[in-house]
Amino acid sequence: MAARVIVTTSGKGGVGKTTSTANIAAALAKFGKKVVAVDADVGLRNLDVIMGLENRVVYNFIDVIEKTCKLAQALVKDKRVPGLYLLPAAQTRTKDAVNPEQMVALCEELKPDFDFILLDCPAGIEGGFKNAAAGADEALVVTTPEIPAVRDADRIIGMLESMGKSPIRLIINRLRPNMVQDGDMLAKDDILDVLSIDLIGVVPEDESVIRATNNGEPMTMTLDSPAAHAYLNIAERLLGRDVPLMDLESYATRGLVSKIKKFFSGKRNKR
Amino acid sequence: MDFLKKLFGGGTEGSGQKAKDRLRIVLIHDRTDISPQLLDSLRDEIVQVLTKYMDIDTQKIEIDLDRDEKAVALVANIPVLRIKRGSIEMQ
Repeated sequence: MAARVIVTTSGKGGVGKTTSTANIAAALAKFGKKVVAVDADVGLRNLDVIMGLENRVVYNFIDVIEKTCKLAQALVKDKRVPGLYLLPAAQTRTKDAVNPEQMVALCEELKPDFDFILLDCPAGIEGGFKNAAAGADEALVVTTPEIPAVRDADRIIGMLESMGKSPIRLIINRLRPNMVQDGDMLAKDDILDVLSIDLIGVVPEDESVIRATNNGEPMTMTLDSPAAHAYLNIAERLLGRDVPLMDLESYATRGLVSKIKKFFSGKRNKR
Repeated sequence: MDFLKKLFGGGTEGSGQKAKDRLRIVLIHDRTDISPQLLDSLRDEIVQVLTKYMDIDTQKIEIDLDRDEKAVALVANIPVLRIKRGSIEMQ
């Protein structure tokens, strides 16, 4: 086994890097792959919380780099999905605690034991980004349909290209199909036109994301929401399968009938 | 009236189009943003190439990116003192 190493990045904060990493990692594990999600956001760790594994963190990857513990001791095994692991970040350290060479070495150490290594990158274009990107071969760039997020994505894509990452693929997150229909939101094609990179998936705005974070359970583990399906599709595309894009228009809430439908389906989804 | 237009989904152009236009222009500018160091080394190399063929007034060279709403151009104003004889005979 020699893992594919993929960094999830965005430039701008708050667009869904960590949520994307957690859900894609869980989805790949569901497809039978052995996956480790690495929280590369040293000092501001959150992947543990999104995955619901915060109570099981003992060591972190800085401990591994500084040889305070063995790699196997720092890995947190997710008991809900076979083959899913988390390598947490240190919370009480800063991004200077690690350098790109150490990240590369860490990934090399992980590679033989996994099919996928997903690196959850911090926001920004400084050291933290460079560390996370250094270890990766491929990249997923997350953006939302807003000018600041797309602008930062463009900058990050340029940097990833100059670092030789390939392929670099785009996730458009938090798209509201009804706003796109009304002409009040950048559409998928508007974003692809300006960024000119390959799209790997569009994730619709979905309240389930908040519930999933509250519960500490990635959506792709339960699969009962539009965003969960979108992330599952992204995982399948990462595996090289040809999955058509979801028909997001069917999620658009236009007219009274669909509003009533959404009202009831919303109730049903609450747990 | 606006309310009715909105209700029936016609009429006024949405803010999405405005976002698209603004995004395009922001990216044109971002992508051609050039650091002073890069501009300096560009100037030095242009001078190197030009001085093979002509004497130029290196003190009065102006090189900059000229931006407007739709496009960006590299504009260079380089005073030529004389063409070197050798370069004419080379043709």
